[in-house]
Amino acid sequence: MIYLQPGVQYEEMSTRDVYGKEIGTIMKINKIEEGNKLTVAIEGRLDTTTAPELENEFKASLENVEDLLLDFEKLDYISSAGLRVLLSAQKQMNKVGKMTITNVSPEIMEIFEVTGFSDILTFA
Amino acid sequence: MKEITVEADVSKLPVVTEFVDALLEEKECPLKVQMQIDVAIDELFSNICYYAYDSSGDATVCVNIDGEPMTAEITFKDKGRPYDPLKKPDPDITLSAEERDIGGLGIFMVKKSMDEVLYEYKDGMNILTIRKAF
Repeated sequence: MIYLQPGVQYEEMSTRDVYGKEIGTIMKINKIEEGNKLTVAIEGRLDTTTAPELENEFKASLENVEDLLLDFEKLDYISSAGLRVLLSAQKQMNKVGKMTITNVSPEIMEIFEVTGFSDILTFA
Repeated sequence: MKEITVEADVSKLPVVTEFVDALLEEKECPLKVQMQIDVAIDELFSNICYYAYDSSGDATVCVNIDGEPMTAEITFKDKGRPYDPLKKPDPDITLSAEERDIGGLGIFMVKKSMDEVLYEYKDGMNILTIRKAF
């Protein structure tokens, strides 16, 4: 929990709260590789600040991957920046194999449906 | 009405999100609505960060939560170039992955998830307001 005074300007706001915990930009990526199959579990928020990290992760690890499984069990939310990264991964995987998303919460599925991504992505 | 002013830089997004979330939690906003509002903050604040200013500038976010039913009203203000994101045409969401152009998706998500989205340019400021009842 952080405490902010209304109307006060925070120029050099720390990105850690009073307990030293990182505020906000929390996303964790856990990978499991089995031959040509890569499972990526994403935890936290896939937003404007964290999406570039996932993009870099895909750039670094998708080579030689034919079966990409994304586990969204612990994904809290996804913004358009996150959707952009998913779309580009989907396009890349369409050429060489497949991409599947699993454990999608109803809240995140609603975002996929509203944006038409439910028709583009494959769920398991 | 509570407000926060930060530099219009995406590194400040967590600060703005935390600020609004704390106020929503005070009013026992359901988690789903909070998530939708968080996504809207991401889209609207990052828009200001990327497009409003040539160099640097500030963004102010005002929050007011009250009424019956309880309604969150969040206003984003910047003094950058006039820009009405609501004029952007909605993306064609029926296209295949290969044909999809991702532009306009963010504001489209905001329009779909909020009850109201209003834009005005007043006193040299872009003023974008979202409303969501819960």
